[in-house]
Amino acid sequence: MKNLKKITVLALAIVLASGLMAGCGGGGNAGGEKGKVYVYCFGDYFDPELEYEFEEATGYDVVIDYFDTNEELYPVIKNNTAQYDVICASDYMIAKLIDGGLLAEINYDNVPNAANIAESVKPFFDEFDPGMKYSVPHTWGTYGIMYNKTMVDASTIDSWEDLWDEKYADQIVMPDSLREMYMIAGKILGYSMNTTDEKEVAEMTDLLLKQKPLVYKLANDSARELMIGESAAIAVVNSGEVLYSQELNKNMGFVIPEEGTEVWTDCWALTANAANKEGGEAWINFMLDGEVAADNFEYLTYAIPNTQIADLTDNPVLNPGAEVLAKCETLKNLGAEADDMYSKYWKEYKSK
Amino acid sequence: MSKKLFSGPFLAFILCGTLVPLGVIAFYGFTDRSGAFTLENIMAIATRNHAQALGLSLGLALISTAICLLLAFPLGLILKDSKLGKKGFMVFVFILPMWMNFLLRTMAWQVLLERNGIINIVLKALGLPLLDIINTPAAVVLGMVYDYLPFMVLPIYNALIKIDNNLIEAAYDLGADKMLVLRKVLIPLSVPGIVSGITMVFVPSLTTFAISTMLGGGKVNLIGNIIEQEFTVGSNWNLGAGLSLVMMVFIIISMALIEKFDREGEASMI
Amino acid sequence: MMKKSGRARAAAFGKGLYLALILIFLYLPIFTLMVLSFNEGKTMSRWTGFSMRWYQEMFASKTIMDALGNTLTIAFWAATIATIVGLLACIGMSAMKERSRLVLMGINNIPLLNADIVTGISIMMTFIVCGISLNYGTVLFSHITFCIPYVILSVMPKFKQLESHTYEAALDLGSSPLYAFFKVVMPDIMPGVVSGFLLSFTMSVDDFVITHFTRGAGINTLSTLIYSQVKVGIRPTLYALSTVIFVLVLVVLVIVNILSNRKEKAK
Repeated sequence: MKNLKKITVLALAIVLASGLMAGCGGGGNAGGEKGKVYVYCFGDYFDPELEYEFEEATGYDVVIDYFDTNEELYPVIKNNTAQYDVICASDYMIAKLIDGGLLAEINYDNVPNAANIAESVKPFFDEFDPGMKYSVPHTWGTYGIMYNKTMVDASTIDSWEDLWDEKYADQIVMPDSLREMYMIAGKILGYSMNTTDEKEVAEMTDLLLKQKPLVYKLANDSARELMIGESAAIAVVNSGEVLYSQELNKNMGFVIPEEGTEVWTDCWALTANAANKEGGEAWINFMLDGEVAADNFEYLTYAIPNTQIADLTDNPVLNPGAEVLAKCETLKNLGAEADDMYSKYWKEYKSK
Repeated sequence: MSKKLFSGPFLAFILCGTLVPLGVIAFYGFTDRSGAFTLENIMAIATRNHAQALGLSLGLALISTAICLLLAFPLGLILKDSKLGKKGFMVFVFILPMWMNFLLRTMAWQVLLERNGIINIVLKALGLPLLDIINTPAAVVLGMVYDYLPFMVLPIYNALIKIDNNLIEAAYDLGADKMLVLRKVLIPLSVPGIVSGITMVFVPSLTTFAISTMLGGGKVNLIGNIIEQEFTVGSNWNLGAGLSLVMMVFIIISMALIEKFDREGEASMI
Repeated sequence: MMKKSGRARAAAFGKGLYLALILIFLYLPIFTLMVLSFNEGKTMSRWTGFSMRWYQEMFASKTIMDALGNTLTIAFWAATIATIVGLLACIGMSAMKERSRLVLMGINNIPLLNADIVTGISIMMTFIVCGISLNYGTVLFSHITFCIPYVILSVMPKFKQLESHTYEAALDLGSSPLYAFFKVVMPDIMPGVVSGFLLSFTMSVDDFVITHFTRGAGINTLSTLIYSQVKVGIRPTLYALSTVIFVLVLVVLVIVNILSNRKEKAK
């Protein structure tokens, strides 16, 4: 019986505490005067402070939800399992959503800050959303090789093939992402990263498998942690990760391989069945504001194509220049059949 | 009014939350994208990629279950004898960690095991050889043992504590030595707890995808990873459902074992 | 004699050491996270100085507080409803024939033994097939579903230990069935009910996989919030939050322990 009392008291205490905490959690929800805006975005992809600034500035109440990959976003929007007004997605996914009729055109009368969008990114949109009818850029960047100058001879790294060098066995971090891995193999073999030729995909898989024993870890954005902590010497990262890493470890160098690379754009867009289109446009307009872009840049260190902060992002890492960009490609939506084929080969790579 | 009617809400939840969903998953598993009947999704387990992943999952799950058992049984014996073995205390020592989210706890092992991680920094300072298991199956096994050890300890402990001490003393009085008591009294009487512990560790180890993702560095591909990928990235739900059905075979075997040794959940983890 | 007591001491030391090693194994990662929650920088791999900034940021973040609220309210309601349903089920099952009871206990084991991923996926597909869009309610429903087995497994053994005669005696003495139940049966099964509730609550808080598949727009629990941050690296605000929760639970446990020990001594 003694035990019983003890447990009962504990149970009550926990329940009470949770009730209190739940109360606090719910209490912060003051309703906005103009209704709610539902935003669906990659995790940790803008300065969280901005959420409140947006609510204050516009009078909307904002509900933000996160996802991890573009692939995760698609079924949610397609099956309408959950209803969002504004989403953030990468270029090829925007194309796929447009094809499926799942996005709404933006009314630029409600987005005066669109004037701040840098000219330099506009050509990228030709590939997936000509004329920016459905989407505006949030961030953009390239993929390249980040290395630790004390562990690697910087002068020898200039090609994707250097990642196949046995010198670096067990020190290489590669992306855990199908499309990026095939981009790298494709650049070495001279194939397009949007190829749907099964023979080429098989050949690229063989090439990747040859390198697999040298790989320390397959990781996406956590690659920077391994580099900063010097657990790995060389990693394929997104250009947005470099400035952040250099801040914490000054031995970090970055190079875009001579074969060229992938250039990507992550965009804001309105869903076709958005309940609050004006609210969504207000969010997009807010994100394009110069000061907001500056806050976001400081927080993310990803390149933000906003003319108001052009001097902040003027950096060879973030802005490699027209000559390099000419050699870059954008990911395209390949269709269900090709996706299945890639996924079959990717599984083979992963399980060996 | 029959007392049996009180089970009504429970039966409703079983029906809507367990049986119907299993029916739905079976339907998806036996049809293709157009809805026609097919065995392809089930037979897919035999393809090399899937069979390899299943084999690896089975191997790692067996190893981690064995390690859990080897760690938990002596622990149960120690706690049975000690004053610390008060039931409330035990349950809380093993349930308390769950209040720290398991994804975060598994992430913490990443920080600890990394090549330049905390454990290696300490080892280096002591001049000992470094531990280089992160991103290998060994690290995944460690993660499994860490996450699921409580599920082995609690049922074994519960079974051991139920054994009457007089019985053990009687065995000693009759001249049995420690090993004999262990073999003839303690182990046989704790079989229900051991079996329920084994299934409680084996099934989640076999089907995990989070642990292998975080500690395997993306290089350890388990059957759970493949299924999860089919639902999130590959979006071939039929194949994912088919592979899940194959995994259910192992779950049914576990249930049969429990049925045989522990008929009414007497030695469950509670 | 001396020798023997030396051996006993060595054995006790060995046992203590073993226990300590297991506890270190269990609590080392938790301790690591607690320390990192005071790290000034955003990265896990480098200590850049002591700071409380993540604690401030945590309390200021609406996303985190909402996720915390969801986690706790879902856990509370799931555990409460599961406890009621499970308790009723045990009453019903104890009146059943052995055979049907065994079948039900077998089915009850399914969600417990089934892989989380299969449970989560199957419930999600059922909702989608039925045209129900995912929301707070779908998460709650699936949490109740996987909590009920824990309640039944902790309550049912208590029912079997019951002296059914006392209940019948109470009825014979003229008390109503309800009164007899609360006065005679309830006290005996209470420990099972409480531990079933607590276990359900804990399992619900710790669940990731099932929530991951059944949640709808804007519904995050702490687990799914953490998972969604894996892409860009988990922010230490979540370590800070976990530390706060963990310490709260620990403090409550210790206080309860001290109080009950004092009572024991007073007796």
